[in-house]
Amino acid sequence: MLRASVIVFPGSNCDRDVKVAIEKVTGFPVKMVWHGDAEVPASDLIVLPGGFSYGDYLRCGAMAAHSPIMRDVIAKAKAGTPVLGICNGFQVLCESGLLPGVLMRNASLKFICRDVHLKCEQDKTFFTQCYRRDQVIKVPVAHAEGNFFADTETLDRLEGEGQVAFRYCDADGNVSAATNLNGAQRNIAGVTDKTGRILGMMPHPERLFETALGGTDGRRIFESALVSVTAAMA
Amino acid sequence: MQDTAAAITPDVVASHGLKPDEYQRLLEILGREPSFTELGIFSVMWSEHCSYKSSRVWLKTLPTTGKQVIQGPGENAGIVDLGDGDCAVFKMESHNHPSYIEPYQGAATGVGGIMRDVFTMGARPVANLNALRFGAPEHHKTRHLVDGVVSGIGGYGNCVGVPTVGGEVNFDAGYNNNILVNAMCVGLARTDKIFYSAAKGVGLPVVYVGSKTGRDGIHGATMASAEFDDKSDEKRPTVQVGDPFTEKLLIEACLELMAMDVIIAIQDMGAAGLTSSTSEMADKGEVGIELNLDHVPQREEGMTAYEMMLSESQERMLMILKPGSEPKAEAIFVKWGLDFAVIGKTTDTGRMIITHKGKVEADLPVPVLANSAPMYERPWVATVPPQPILPEWVPAPNAVLGALTSLMGSPALCSRRWIWQQYDHMVMGDTIGRPGGDAAVVRIHGTIKGLAATCDVTPRYVAADPAMGTKQAVVETWRNLIAVGADPLAITDNMNFANPERPEIMGQFVGSCQGMAEACKALDYPVVSGNVSLYNETNGVGIPPTPAIGGVGLIPDTSKIADIALKREGDLLLVIGDERGWLGQSLYQQMVAGKLEGAPPPVDLQDEIKAGRLVRSLIREGAVSAVHDLSDGGLLVGLAEMALSGDMGIELYPYTGKLPAHAIWFGEDQGRYILSVTPQRAEEVLERARLLELPARIVGRAGGQSITLKGESELALANLRSAHEAWLPGYMSAPHTN
Repeated sequence: MLRASVIVFPGSNCDRDVKVAIEKVTGFPVKMVWHGDAEVPASDLIVLPGGFSYGDYLRCGAMAAHSPIMRDVIAKAKAGTPVLGICNGFQVLCESGLLPGVLMRNASLKFICRDVHLKCEQDKTFFTQCYRRDQVIKVPVAHAEGNFFADTETLDRLEGEGQVAFRYCDADGNVSAATNLNGAQRNIAGVTDKTGRILGMMPHPERLFETALGGTDGRRIFESALVSVTAAMA
Repeated sequence: MQDTAAAITPDVVASHGLKPDEYQRLLEILGREPSFTELGIFSVMWSEHCSYKSSRVWLKTLPTTGKQVIQGPGENAGIVDLGDGDCAVFKMESHNHPSYIEPYQGAATGVGGIMRDVFTMGARPVANLNALRFGAPEHHKTRHLVDGVVSGIGGYGNCVGVPTVGGEVNFDAGYNNNILVNAMCVGLARTDKIFYSAAKGVGLPVVYVGSKTGRDGIHGATMASAEFDDKSDEKRPTVQVGDPFTEKLLIEACLELMAMDVIIAIQDMGAAGLTSSTSEMADKGEVGIELNLDHVPQREEGMTAYEMMLSESQERMLMILKPGSEPKAEAIFVKWGLDFAVIGKTTDTGRMIITHKGKVEADLPVPVLANSAPMYERPWVATVPPQPILPEWVPAPNAVLGALTSLMGSPALCSRRWIWQQYDHMVMGDTIGRPGGDAAVVRIHGTIKGLAATCDVTPRYVAADPAMGTKQAVVETWRNLIAVGADPLAITDNMNFANPERPEIMGQFVGSCQGMAEACKALDYPVVSGNVSLYNETNGVGIPPTPAIGGVGLIPDTSKIADIALKREGDLLLVIGDERGWLGQSLYQQMVAGKLEGAPPPVDLQDEIKAGRLVRSLIREGAVSAVHDLSDGGLLVGLAEMALSGDMGIELYPYTGKLPAHAIWFGEDQGRYILSVTPQRAEEVLERARLLELPARIVGRAGGQSITLKGESELALANLRSAHEAWLPGYMSAPHTN
């Protein structure tokens, strides 16, 4: 059993995609929750989807972070409900203070849509336990502002506490400047909070969860969530 | 010009794009002098862009029907049946002039406009494509225009969340001062939930939704119907500004409302804005319409009736609702944060009456307004096609594989990755065939069926022989759809030509229509929507004739499709179709001879049908592991594209026939495909082609990491890839020189 809720902001455009992916991978129906609502229904997982919430005006994720539903999302996250932010959702998590850092304009100044290789650096958390540590996976990105930035102290702390979930790498798992897609500090593509229950990532796992779409490496994010929830209930 | 009290002098008439005889016609129709607002209204309705006054007589000759057609030309978009209650709604439209003046906004609003044409009919847009023509790479504006147009297309489509899955790009000096930006959108609807624009019924509320009206885009349609000159930059204020965020909200709100049974008619406000949408809706519904402009949501203060009626502010729709349903509808638009205003009602007077601040600003008979535009049978002279040339007349290269590398790294054939990586081509989670192949494939959400879509035209063929070149364009889209395993259904056309008042240009247009009609008829592949863009010229120099064709096909089962990537070591590569070594108008000729000469390659429609049916059967039987149709650059370029896509080399078998070998490698004969098949099945495939009297032969074998040809030095795939991928990013990032 997995009760997942996807928050729909005006301008979200991967809300349906992630709903479909979670339902197909886990077999459990997903609730869509309007940004103007005051409360998220009781959930085992809250997803902030990709897109252009509020048109990305002002700053990506900045306005969504202050929309009515976010008060409850933040409260529930702090009380332990797992939250996954994908792409624009990652930006919202950073803007709302649930995750450290900020996502700046890509170093190329261009929107980038393509498959990338990621190195998984966590294999124990709510969202990543179905991956192997150092496993290389292929998942697409599609963003213009995915350039993760935090100050050195924060970055050292994230690495020290094992909060870096994914880094951009090549097919063999080499992490280098050449594999740094967007200028992100230390090639960071995804980070978690200290508990590992809040994950923000620029790549879109919901876009590669079935062979017809070109790959299945994204599935394990949702499988991990299901396994984690099931284990907690047992 | 915005002074409503201004006297209507000949200069004022001319500045509205009306010819003196057209103004005379207006006086006769009205029986009086028009008000200033009325003059503005007529000027946009009679613009080439809105009235098709030069093209309509020829457009009528195109085949537009078939059992697959639900809606042909005349509505916001065409509709074809996909079975099971699904249908595809699609259209292509130009935004050439605005994109040259202001590339980002011009291209962005082109994408926004075409999506509105599709969702206004009840369809959710699921795929965007575009056909782009830029000037020569060395022209000082080209790079700026490429950058702006690509960013604009991406900026709009990415935000709205509709994948941009395909397109084509050319560079040619003929577009130096008049680029072409043609945007195509394909949407999906249910056949029992299609919405039309006829405002049938009297006393119904006329509802305005979407963005507020501002002063942007006033006279956009008139600008788009005029030639350019050195002062075209001054027309920047006529370019509209797009807001993709609002478009996204508008799509969701409209589709939500469409799920209820309250809309009688709906129409987007595109070219000529409120004027065009109200008069078309009223005319189709055979009613009158009254608007009170005081209720129009306005972005700026002090707007006049003239400005409101002519504004082309984006992301606006007009609806006719069932009486009493306004509160339900309003709640949806309020939820999505969009304006909703009742601005008038339908009447039985047959007149369009516009009031503003208590004053009647226009009072015009609807049928006259909608249907009285002049229709011209412009004089034309047919283009005389050049004689064919013999393959021997074009010199052989020093090295075949060297010539291949040059071609693959040229602006005409280099990788377009730099462009399509800036487009979100995967959002919506149904993109199965990504950019870079013959046609894009998008799954019909929640089913195993798929849509295939492509757009093509080879302007150098059309310039040499408009009829044959346009036939080729239609056939190339058809072949591209076949090559992914689809049943081609119908096309949309975007006819980009120069000044139709010149008989030789009108002759190109006529020839093009003739070639299109012949191909569409033979292939049962009708035209269901389209757009004509004329006056694409600057200071008297016209663009090459460019009838861009967008084709849409149905894939019954997306597990039975093909792509161009080589996948199996040891597969034999077969070419199907007649090889005559046609080098006239080929890219090879252009590269080695520095010019284009002779007739373009001829198209044999019956052979196309035979080859197409065979290839599609083989795909659905699972007999082929890769398929590619042959077009620009010919056989060797096609093979190289397959090798790069699959990251697998090819051992080429030397050609031993009677024609010059370079004509075989680089000739652009039509009606051909390359198939990758196992050695065990090769003989069977050759035999099936023979039974259909289709030439077919084995040209090579897949495997390794290089392309090899006896007597030539080996071409490593890595080197070919560098050449192929390098040009566009290198060009776009080179330091500015001017």
